Amino acid sequence: MILGEITLGHYLALSGLLFLVGLAGVLLRRSLLIVMMSLELLLNAANLALVAAGRFKGIPDPQVAVFFVITVAAAEVAVGLAILVAIFRLKKTTSAEDFATLKF
Amino acid sequence: MTAVAGDLTSRNPRKITRMEQIFFWSLAAGLLTASIAMVTLRNPVTNAVCLVVALVMQAALFVTLGATFLAAVQVIVYAGAVMVLFLFVIMLLDVKAEARRPIPWPKVGTVAVGVVAVVLGIPKLVAAFPAAREPLRWSGQANSFGAKELGALLFTTYAPLFLTTGVLLLVATIGVVVLCRRDSGS
Repeated sequence: MILGEITLGHYLALSGLLFLVGLAGVLLRRSLLIVMMSLELLLNAANLALVAAGRFKGIPDPQVAVFFVITVAAAEVAVGLAILVAIFRLKKTTSAEDFATLKF
Repeated sequence: MTAVAGDLTSRNPRKITRMEQIFFWSLAAGLLTASIAMVTLRNPVTNAVCLVVALVMQAALFVTLGATFLAAVQVIVYAGAVMVLFLFVIMLLDVKAEARRPIPWPKVGTVAVGVVAVVLGIPKLVAAFPAAREPLRWSGQANSFGAKELGALLFTTYAPLFLTTGVLLLVATIGVVVLCRRDSGS
């Protein structure tokens, strides 16, 4: 059944696995740069599920949603990397472990 | 384009299905390998290259789903603009610092247990969703949407959202300039 015809389930399972990999990256990596790359992976997993569902339903609306997600992700990366550069100028590090000022 | 695909399907549906499977499995394997490499490898430049590979593979998956315009946008915006941004920032930062730190093995173990648990649950989760068992035909069906259909939706139903996105991009651009400005005046 798994190796038969490609179903919606295949794409959803792939999207879920991709999301897990990205989530592991966000939880495990301490370099803020890699955490941001993993966030991109999370957004892409959601995009894949959206496009597959839109294909299944035969409607273009999910693709419009993915279009907006890509736009917002580009803006998010720009602002996030700017904050990263500002933090690096201040502290000379980008490791999440070194930003514990607000931690009890 | 659709007519050609329709012709192919009517000629040999089994061959189309076989091709569909080959595309899906090779792209899925490549996508997962590249993303796992991105998360586990320690050199940031390697991470960025792995991410580019993963994003291009995903663009190819979009094509298998009939989303040709989105595949183009994915390559231009993600693999082009966003990755150049990442590589520029890698150039500005001290990228070797991360590799000198020890790996936090207890944390890795905890997350690995969680990941394995969810991976084992995925087949059950998908099986609980009856529609997930129906095949997705990527050819011979008139439901692939390109720039024309998306453009028509963007400028009618989603026009307010589209305009808001323009404002968002302007705000993001100004924000980035302000964030990265050095205080030269004071």
